[in-house]
Amino acid sequence: MAKGVLVFGEVRGGALKPITRELVSAANQLAQAGGGSVAIAVIGEGADAAVAEAKSLPVAKVFTAKHALLASYSSQAYAAALAAVVTAADAGIVLFGATVTGRDLSARTAARCGASLFADCTELSLVGDVLHVRRPVYSGKVYAELESSAPIQMASIRPNVFPPVSGSGSAEVVDVPVQIDDAMLRGRVVEVVETSTGAKDLTEAEVIVSGGRSLKSAENFSILEDLAKTIGASVGASRAAVDAGYRPHSAQVGQTGKVVNPRLYFAVGISGAIQHLVGMRTSKVIVAINKDENAPIFQKADYGIVGDLFDVVPKVTEEFKKLLGT
Amino acid sequence: MQFTLTDEQRMIQETAREFADSEIAPVADRHNREGKFPLEIVKKLGKMGFLGMTVPEQYGGSHAGNLALVIALEEINRVCASTGVTMSVQNSLVNAPLLHWGSDDVKGRYLPRLATGEFLGAYALSEPGSGSDAAGLVTSAVRDGNDYVLNGTKNFITTGKEADVVLVLARTDTSHKTRGITAFVIDAGTPGFSVGKKEDKLGLRASSTVQLILEDARVPAANILGEVGGGFKIAMHTLDGGRIGIAAQAVGIAEACLQASVKYAGEREAFDQPIGKFQAIQFKIADMATRVEAARLLVYNAARLKDEGLPHGKEAAMAKLFASESANAAAREAVQIHGGAGYLEDFPVERYFRDARITEIYEGTSEIQRIVIARHILKNLQ
Amino acid sequence: MKIVVLVKSVPDTESKIKIGADGVSIDPAGIKFVMNPYDEYAVEEALRIRERLKDDTTVVAISMGPDRVMDVLRTALAMGADDAVHVNDPAFAGGDALGDARVLAEAIRPLGADLILGGKQGIDDDAATTCAAIAEFLGIPQAQIVTELTLSDDHTRMRARRRIEGADEIVDMALPAIVTCEKGLNEPRYASLPGIMKAKKKEIRKVTLADLPLKPEQVGAAGCLTKLIKYHTLPERPPVKMIPGDAAAQAKELVRLLREEAKVI
Repeated sequence: MAKGVLVFGEVRGGALKPITRELVSAANQLAQAGGGSVAIAVIGEGADAAVAEAKSLPVAKVFTAKHALLASYSSQAYAAALAAVVTAADAGIVLFGATVTGRDLSARTAARCGASLFADCTELSLVGDVLHVRRPVYSGKVYAELESSAPIQMASIRPNVFPPVSGSGSAEVVDVPVQIDDAMLRGRVVEVVETSTGAKDLTEAEVIVSGGRSLKSAENFSILEDLAKTIGASVGASRAAVDAGYRPHSAQVGQTGKVVNPRLYFAVGISGAIQHLVGMRTSKVIVAINKDENAPIFQKADYGIVGDLFDVVPKVTEEFKKLLGT
Repeated sequence: MQFTLTDEQRMIQETAREFADSEIAPVADRHNREGKFPLEIVKKLGKMGFLGMTVPEQYGGSHAGNLALVIALEEINRVCASTGVTMSVQNSLVNAPLLHWGSDDVKGRYLPRLATGEFLGAYALSEPGSGSDAAGLVTSAVRDGNDYVLNGTKNFITTGKEADVVLVLARTDTSHKTRGITAFVIDAGTPGFSVGKKEDKLGLRASSTVQLILEDARVPAANILGEVGGGFKIAMHTLDGGRIGIAAQAVGIAEACLQASVKYAGEREAFDQPIGKFQAIQFKIADMATRVEAARLLVYNAARLKDEGLPHGKEAAMAKLFASESANAAAREAVQIHGGAGYLEDFPVERYFRDARITEIYEGTSEIQRIVIARHILKNLQ
Repeated sequence: MKIVVLVKSVPDTESKIKIGADGVSIDPAGIKFVMNPYDEYAVEEALRIRERLKDDTTVVAISMGPDRVMDVLRTALAMGADDAVHVNDPAFAGGDALGDARVLAEAIRPLGADLILGGKQGIDDDAATTCAAIAEFLGIPQAQIVTELTLSDDHTRMRARRRIEGADEIVDMALPAIVTCEKGLNEPRYASLPGIMKAKKKEIRKVTLADLPLKPEQVGAAGCLTKLIKYHTLPERPPVKMIPGDAAAQAKELVRLLREEAKVI
């Protein structure tokens, strides 16, 4: 009998992280190919809202693992709990989002279960009992195509690779008893300090508007903020703009900043040095706006505008306002 | 004979290269344009051990040797020859003679602080009236009790403004030209010692080149290096070593010219192709690269001989002569390859062109080097 | 305290990565190998802790791989590490991140480490897996992508600030623990020349399969659960569509294309 596909439902602020819907979509595709059923694992205390949401997604079961000691994240304890769920679910494939916690937990859990692990995948499929993936290596300069036929296979998947599912079903909730003791709690989260104003983290954003040093000042970035607000985007920046103090380091896209994977990326006043490209080149659609027609960014973009960004960007914002009625 | 670098030499090369590219390159143009001495960078070099490369560990040095020194000098000079000459002077013209001829007391008082860059040093031989004719110096040193009283003016002294300690060659005996000169170590704070005019130079503009003025400056006899009257020998021997450092500087400048030229040849287009496709440019780059390679090997050879304690005067002169002429040829061609752009401050080659010029002049002009080399070869004629 | 630092030899970021003729290897020609940049923060942090504690704390650098990894071990020694361990055996070749983690865990176990530091990921495989897996194999807590690290006064606990999406988590851990370091944790020092010369005299201890409680079938290619099929280069995008006209015309056309052609808005 085919083994099940289990999705790790990461909980943040009491709610299920949006990437879970993409993972369920991926899981359903794998289950279709290999048989077996799809389930979500929700671990921790006080995650009722997350469990309720998980129930509504197109899965067969939602496994919960509750314990007072799982109230805050501890990679050691969560790995133990998740391993117990993997056994209870008889899962042959376990999917995680390639979020910080997803990558953290997948590594520990895979080690614990003696499973194979593929981290940060951009493609995933199942042929027979062989899991087939693609993932970026060497800072995304090269893609590795890999496969595994281990009894248990685990993978973390990049945001925006699979389409999110929606649902209004009602899956069965099964609670898995877990043995957690203090020895597993030798490391745990004791405090969470919000660093952004609640705006979506760039690594999870679907649309990003990024600016370079040509913006000339932090104030001028308001031009990009206007565009971002109009189309529901997050604002990023090149390293040069961050070094010049126009945006904080958390907005930096690139080799020494964040790697993003949106469906639409605007590179405004960014020349397109390799260090920046490495952070955004898997974007589905890239738009470059630059006054230098020889800027390397135009070689990597899908659409290009040679012009003065201070002139062009506000006009683009206006056109979007007309289109979207915002 | 093969020059495979040891692991340590390779690590030293990589560290010097990384430091030059990350810390010096971003500020080199500005410092040179403003004539600003790179004190912070020199102090960092000191902390890393680059100012005490031939000083033994017991005196706070890293004792990495002369080959490691020239390797490091090439990397630093590739990015900023002004910083490079400061490093070269400290290692070769100050630390080396102190180590070789200083009493234990003098070594103990100065070397540990020079080796770490806590003290900066300078070497004062030249005067307004004597350059190539070094023994023609007239700065006087007259014995008075336990001291010597120095009077005179020294010319073209590198780092003379920032130095804490200066090696001064002065005349203790007017009846003998070469055997009447003595080497003194003087503290910059000594009453009667002052810094005079700062020169406005064609190149090496971030290095301070000044006149030093001695007016009844008292130096204790304990601060004499070697013997009274032994100063000329010390000066000449010291210059043998210093010349290897300047040769390394020239290699660094030539290498910078080569790298800039290769880059430009790949970027600049004329007649619908990168100019690097034209033979005229290719031949210039081939000649440049060949001379850099040859100069480098001459420098390594002289450094190796010195490390092994073997005679190296001829080889040092050959290295300095060839490397400095190669650096100037490379700089001239680098500007030519850049065309009009090479004449602008916007590109680095104009600085290399100006910096290269002095390498054929100081620490022994090319004419003096030829005399030195000929003397070694034709000594049986005498 | 005994601090173990994991260091990896990787191609430097400027190297051109070319796929080898067999499709499953990277062409080594023209590649300069350096210490993984994130590992530099780990070495530096270990040295700073030792300098702060001013006691008999020692720093041991450990690396797994062929002979070329000795360069990064020497760099760690030149920066100031006290000892170095080179884990190498033909049997280890062909392992993946989890398999290598198992070997490293066994090599580290007998060292009696109080703290194990590593870089947040190797810039070659970008897997960010090894350190977490080592933590699981050793049964100790971990904190990854750490930007700040504080030792308790009695040196038995550690607080780490780690970066997650949109927030920082403060993780409290009992030692021994593993921490992976992020850019900004500190400013790594250059190897000093005295350090480079001193490193020459330090011995690099070798560890082979025979020294570890593992069997040949558990390590390297034999014990590997994943298989590399092929390397691919990034698919080329079609040439850029440049939008002509004045700013107003360009803006109008861009928005139309994004809605009707690319269908992303």
